[in-house]
Order: sequence, then structure tokens, then C-alpha cells
Amino acid sequence: MATQADELEALMAQPDARGHFGPYGGRFVAETLMGPLEELRQAWEQFRADPEFLAELDEDLARFVGRPSPLYPARRWSDKLGGARVWLKREDLNHTGAHKVNNTVGQALLARRMGKKRVIAETGAGQHGVATATVAARLGMECVVYMGAEDIRRQAINVYRMRLLGAEVVSVESGSKTLKDALNEAMRDWVTNVDDTFYIIGTVAGPHPYPAMVRDFQTVIGREARAQILAQAGQRPDALIACVGGGSNAIGLFHPFLSDEAVAIYGVEGGGEGIESGRHAAPLCAGSPGVLHGNRTYLMEDADGQIIETHSVSAGLDYPGVGPEHAWLKDIGRVQYVAVTDEQALAAFHDLTRTEGIMPALESSHALAYAMQLAPTMKADQHIVVNLSGRGDKDIHTVAALEGIKV
Amino acid sequence: MSRIEARFAGLRGAGRTALIPYVTAGDPEPSVTVPLLHALVEAGADLLEIGVPFSDPMADGPVIQAACERALKHHVSLHGVLDMVREFRRRDADTPIVLMGYLNPVEVMGYEDFAVAAEEAGVDGVLTVDLPPEEAGELVGALKAHGIDPIFLAAPTSDAARIETMDALGGGFLYYVSFKGVTGANRLDVQAVADKLAEIRGHTRLPVGVGFGIHDPESAARVAAVADAVVVGSALVKRIAELADAPQRIPAEAPAVIAAMRAAMDEPFSAASA
Repeated sequence: MATQADELEALMAQPDARGHFGPYGGRFVAETLMGPLEELRQAWEQFRADPEFLAELDEDLARFVGRPSPLYPARRWSDKLGGARVWLKREDLNHTGAHKVNNTVGQALLARRMGKKRVIAETGAGQHGVATATVAARLGMECVVYMGAEDIRRQAINVYRMRLLGAEVVSVESGSKTLKDALNEAMRDWVTNVDDTFYIIGTVAGPHPYPAMVRDFQTVIGREARAQILAQAGQRPDALIACVGGGSNAIGLFHPFLSDEAVAIYGVEGGGEGIESGRHAAPLCAGSPGVLHGNRTYLMEDADGQIIETHSVSAGLDYPGVGPEHAWLKDIGRVQYVAVTDEQALAAFHDLTRTEGIMPALESSHALAYAMQLAPTMKADQHIVVNLSGRGDKDIHTVAALEGIKV
Repeated sequence: MSRIEARFAGLRGAGRTALIPYVTAGDPEPSVTVPLLHALVEAGADLLEIGVPFSDPMADGPVIQAACERALKHHVSLHGVLDMVREFRRRDADTPIVLMGYLNPVEVMGYEDFAVAAEEAGVDGVLTVDLPPEEAGELVGALKAHGIDPIFLAAPTSDAARIETMDALGGGFLYYVSFKGVTGANRLDVQAVADKLAEIRGHTRLPVGVGFGIHDPESAARVAAVADAVVVGSALVKRIAELADAPQRIPAEAPAVIAAMRAAMDEPFSAASA
């Protein structure tokens, strides 16, 4: 009989050898990519245990990214909310302004070890594209970023940042012209140029080994947060909150706490105009299982299995799928997945900015909005860690436009 | 013997290579597809490959992406595609039909329900682009139980062990993707294809078809000289796209692309000299 300890141990042991998290994950790609994905898995298995590689990664995270990121006690905001004390894991203070760079630094070092001279990436709002272009510039690699034509129009500043960094930004005109189509186009590039190209996927989705590999690069968030809260609060957290688009910042925070059953964990999806409106980006809350972009997971899809368009004020949450480990954590009940609306996220954006002098990304504002609901239901000696996954500077134009202000 | 096996056996006896045109179902509108399929048979098609439209065709180039978008404007679903096959079968009981598409529409319908409906409609083979053998066990079981051949893609990157797995799981024929890339790209290297086919034939009992990059009569004839089947997609779909504003002309005019390839493939001199 499986003991509780065994079950908790099993939480940390996913995925299986073929990349399955329960029924989710796997490797659903055209045959041409099967060999290269296996090569990538073997390279990652080798280097994740290589002290020289890990030392190089740690050095880059410390000196280039600026880690560790602080765990900040949001005292005034906690007082205002009443109830639990809220701590913010400051991924917004990383170089390039978000958690994305933890992963691009790691994958680019791996690409170099594998002898690849060209990196490609997909991007939605442009944060992952900028983080990829940044590491490519530093390592002297050719870099091509695929971005939906619609997103290019909405995120002109990030497009220019990528070009300043020497990347080629390719406008994707197919489908809905957004992140999912950019991912399709990056896959098409990879299958064509697989001999010399490394595909840096930006989240914990895609074919095995990406969901596990990207998680491994992002768990630095949770490992630091765990040590920091023990040192600063003298106890472990009672709850963790992070926003979930593809889910890389969330899994990065959650994973080191999964086997700690006393810690309640909440993933917050983009509720858009409300789940009942149908105009949202919440596959875990209101989608169904299917296969897209190389893995089986929860999707926003219609009754014919076509992928449907998502709606969120936050471009980084505007994706119809989610990482397969989240799908599994939902099914087994270890993580509670909830959604907050655009309006609630914007209210949290303003509230934190005014109360703490920290302007959060609209993605992270979803996690903060849920903290505003949760904290008042908890006691004053309890602690919540919220992943402040990125800074809000990139969203100023969006916020201004919503309020009818011309910047 | 399945309809696909019977067709390959007959062609082998006649010393001919199979010609397999691909069309996306419902492109540019649903009423065109069945008349077009009959016309393709008259133009010399030996098997037919029918694309199930999908919103995210990751393995396809711009020509077939656009075809999916045109079909999806008319909400062509997997159920709708099976209706088209059923209608085609009323006039043609012999030409094998292979459905080609992505896994998600099949996944959402359910493997068993799909296999039952496909058998009843008259489908002979199913090729799911994003379902490699590692993940295919359950769908293969359902298809085989209903007499449908699971058709696998082999690629330049597939090693001998993978070909043997596909041979064990698959039926009908093996579809060799002629280069690393997406459909419709112009990267065909016939000598490289011939070399790889020689290797693949050492590991499978199945006939081997070749697709991707076959765009004119000359390339069709050269590939026909080394393969058991030639699959033509983007070159035909491009012609359909040119006629999209006059869809009633498509069944009469688009199959000329296939007829020209058929003529070149059957010309003994061009095949022998390839």
C-alpha cells in the first residue's frame, strides 16, 4: 500500500521517462522532430548533472540576471488587506524585468554546449523574445523570434528592443496572428533547420523534455523563496500564489513546495471578461483535455477539437493551452486553479503600485488580485508568498489606453 | 486484404507506381470536395488523401495552412469530413481513402467512436501527423479493430529501430517525408530520397510512399522511379487556391495537375532515366 510519504515523493518524481505527468505531457510532434527531441533530452540529462555546467549557470544567474531576487514583505499592502502577511518574490527585479530570463540563460548555455549556433523563439507580449534576444546577444548567437502580427502591432516597444539586441523578428500572419501561431511558426522553422538550430521554448509546455527542462530552470524561484521565508519569517508559507499562462513562473515557485502538504497552492488564470462570458484564457478552469503544440493538456477548444481564441488583458496569459504538469496537478487536486477577471487584475495593478511603490506586470497582477481575495480570509500570523513574475513598465500603454489616457 | 493492400498489389502487378493526391476537405468550400475527388480518380489517382482541417497545422507550409483556413471558415469538422467520404463511396467502392490530419479532432471525438464512424463511412487509412509511434498504441488498436490501416510518417531523421516500430504498428503503406521541413517547401533531393528508401526497405514489409516537395511532372516521375507511391499535396492545393473565386471550375480544372504527373510517371523513358 502506498503511504502518504510515497505519494508526496511521487509528486516530485514526475514526469516519467517519456515525459508524462499522469495522462498529460508526452511528445506529440511530427516524426522529423523525434530524433532531435531525444538528442535534446539526452543532452539535458547529461548537463543537469554536470557540476561545471551548473557552476556556469549559477554564475550567470548571479552576475548577469542579478539573483537571488529579494523576498519583499509588503507591509503596507498586508495591513490594508487585513489578515495574512503577503510576501512578494521579486522576479520583476531580474535583468530584462521578468522570470523569463532564468530559462533563456539556461537553454542558451545548453545550446552552446550542444554546438548550436542559431536560436529561435516564439513570443506573445515579447518578454520571452526579449529574454532570448538578450542571451543570444551575449553569447554571439544568431537569433530569430517569431511573433504574431497582431502582437507586433500591440507591442511595438518590445519589437524594437529585440531588434536593438540584434534579433530578427518575424511577423506571423497565419491563424489568429498571436502567440499560438508564433509557436506553430517556430516549430516549422525548427523542423526545417533542426541541424544547426536550438528552439528556446518560453514556458513549461511543448514536447518532452521542454516542460521538465524549463521547470528545472525556473525552480530557482521556489528554492530561493523557501530559504528566504524560513530566514525572514521564521516559518514556511501557508499559501503560494502565482499567475498561470503557460505556467513557467508558477511551476518555478510551486515545485519545491509540492511535497509540503501544509502549503496551500493557488494558480491564477486569465479570466478575461469572466468565465461565464466565454471570453477568457482559462483552460484549467473552463477548458478540456486535448493535444496541441506537442503535449496533451487542458486546452481552449470547441466541440470539433479546433483551438479557439483566448481573451485576456495580459498578453502573457493569452494562450489556449497550459503546461502539462499543471493539468496533472489540477486533476490530483494538489494545486487549486482559479481565475480573476481583467478588471480585478487592473484593480490589483493600481493598488500595489499606489501602496508599495511597485508596478507589477499585468500577468503578475492576476496573482496579486487573488491575494487580495485570499489574505483577508486568513489569520495575521499566516504568510502568503506571491510570485511577482514581472515588472509593469511594458504594460503602461495598455493601462493608459484602457483608461482613455493618451501617453 | 485491405483496400489499400489490394490497390498496391494490383499496381505492383502492373508495374506502376501509385499516385496519391492530397486535398484539404472543404477547401475552398464543402460542395467542391466530393466532385473533385471523383475527378482526381479519373485523372489517374490510385489512392486519395483527404486532409482534415485543423486550426493549428504545425507541420504544414503556407499553402496547406491557407487551405485549412478556407475550410474552417465553413466550419468543416471531422464529422463533416466523414460525411464527404460516405458520399464519395456511393459512386466509388474501390479507391482507397486515407484521412490525414492532426490528433486533436480525433482525440476530442474519442478514438473508439472515431474508428467506428470512419469504418462505417468507408475510410481505409488514417495518418495523424503529430502522433508518433510512442504515443500511438491506443489509437492503433482502435483503428485495427475496425479494419483501418494506421499510416505512419518516416523522416530523414528516423533510425532503423524507429522504422521497425512503425512497421510493427502500421499498415497500408509507410509515408516517407522526403526532407526536413514543412509541406510545400522546395527542398527535394531525389538521390538522398533513393538512398534513404534503400535503407528503409531493409526494415519494413510495407510499400513506401514519398511526399513533401513533389511539385511538377518531372519531380513526380523521378520520385516514382524509386518509390511505391508519390504523394502530391501543395502543388494541387495551390491550383485549387488559384480557382477559389470560381469553385465550380475546380473539379474540371484542378485535376490537370495530377493528370500531367500521371502521364510523366507512366512514360517509360522518363522513369527509366531518373
